[in-house]
Amino acid sequence: MARYESLLDALGGTPLVGLPRLSPSVPEGAPAVRLWAKLEDRNPTGSIKDRAALYMVREAEESGHLRPGDTILEPTSGNTGIALAMVAKLRGYRLVCVMPENVSAERIQLLRMYGAEILFSPAAGGSNQAVATAKQVAAEHPDWKMLYQYGNPANARAHFETTGPELLQDLPTITHFVAGLGTTGTLMGTGRFLKDKVDGIQIIAAEPRYGELVYGLRNIDEGYVPELYDASVLDRRFSVGTRDAVLRTRQLVEVEGIFAGFSSGAILHAALAVAHEAVKAGRRADVAFVIADGGWKYLSTGAYGGTLNDAEEALEGQLWA
Amino acid sequence: MAIEVRVPTILRSYTGGAKIVEGAGDTLTALIDDLDAKHNGLKGRLITPEGGLHRFVNIYVNDEDVRFLGALDAKLSDGDSITILPAVAGGALGFAAAAALLGSRYPSNHPAAAPN
Repeated sequence: MARYESLLDALGGTPLVGLPRLSPSVPEGAPAVRLWAKLEDRNPTGSIKDRAALYMVREAEESGHLRPGDTILEPTSGNTGIALAMVAKLRGYRLVCVMPENVSAERIQLLRMYGAEILFSPAAGGSNQAVATAKQVAAEHPDWKMLYQYGNPANARAHFETTGPELLQDLPTITHFVAGLGTTGTLMGTGRFLKDKVDGIQIIAAEPRYGELVYGLRNIDEGYVPELYDASVLDRRFSVGTRDAVLRTRQLVEVEGIFAGFSSGAILHAALAVAHEAVKAGRRADVAFVIADGGWKYLSTGAYGGTLNDAEEALEGQLWA
Repeated sequence: MAIEVRVPTILRSYTGGAKIVEGAGDTLTALIDDLDAKHNGLKGRLITPEGGLHRFVNIYVNDEDVRFLGALDAKLSDGDSITILPAVAGGALGFAAAAALLGSRYPSNHPAAAPN
């Protein structure tokens, strides 16, 4: 289907494309090991976050939590903010985003273009500070509605009801699903759906490992685990550093023509690890992974060109995923 | 046998400021005991009084989360690389701000993004 009543109706149903050149080769006669990329950059605002944003708003409307003209408050500097800004604009809400002040010009411009207002939190505090600031602002404006993507079941449900079924329909032979671990919504929702339907499927998380400047923690007890996170849904969890994420992001565009953001490179890194293990074990594998967004918003980092050392340096201290 | 362990800033008070220390042990428990013998108090920051891995601590063996490799019973080999990290929302893709322009190399037109 290629005709929709509105932009929101065009959400989801993203293509799943094979990666014939990046998939590892197997010895003659051995079972095939294939990589498949789900192109979530083909959503209305260009990222997988459109799914969660629409589900969270719709759920809040249905439960009466959101009423026409309400103000939505969300701690996000990234794709969720942009997705929410679009949904809020089309549904008639005001959106206020709380974000660290060390965010790119592209993000600020995109958010403002969609009509969002921005409150900055000190960069030194990292994203924990952004969450804390948002909670404080929420206390000062009790009438503003927080959707709180880290603890909102509608975030995971979006993937349980859409991403998961789409993957199963397009790739019934799926053996592994690999996605980024942030709010954990994608992995929790898609993972629960696929575990229920596909015997032996492996659900694999790839989380970005940043330079320490980003974390801004003073104490180990200040850690933060999203309320949505349920470790029992996952089979493995990889931490991917900046260098590996950049290397894989470049391979995606150079080898397969897919221009993606750095989080997708981190996800590919984990997907390749499990694909190579399958080759070694002589096992068949259909590894589906998420392209979370396109590379457009990250061009100003300069990390798509130059040496890997240059790129690593350019992204030092940044939230690149 | 030598295992390289990367220590996060907030725990370096136990390692005399060292970012990377060496330890030994054929399981994670053995390694942490060995580290604690050299860096007194470190164990108490990683393990709860009940004997489990602290909720806000993530430990990775060769970039893979030990909670999925047997946790404290995870088997270790010579040459393994261990990374200890705090569990934080900063690792969240929800804060997907890849182009966060903290460095002076790529100044943005947003004044607050200037290096500090």
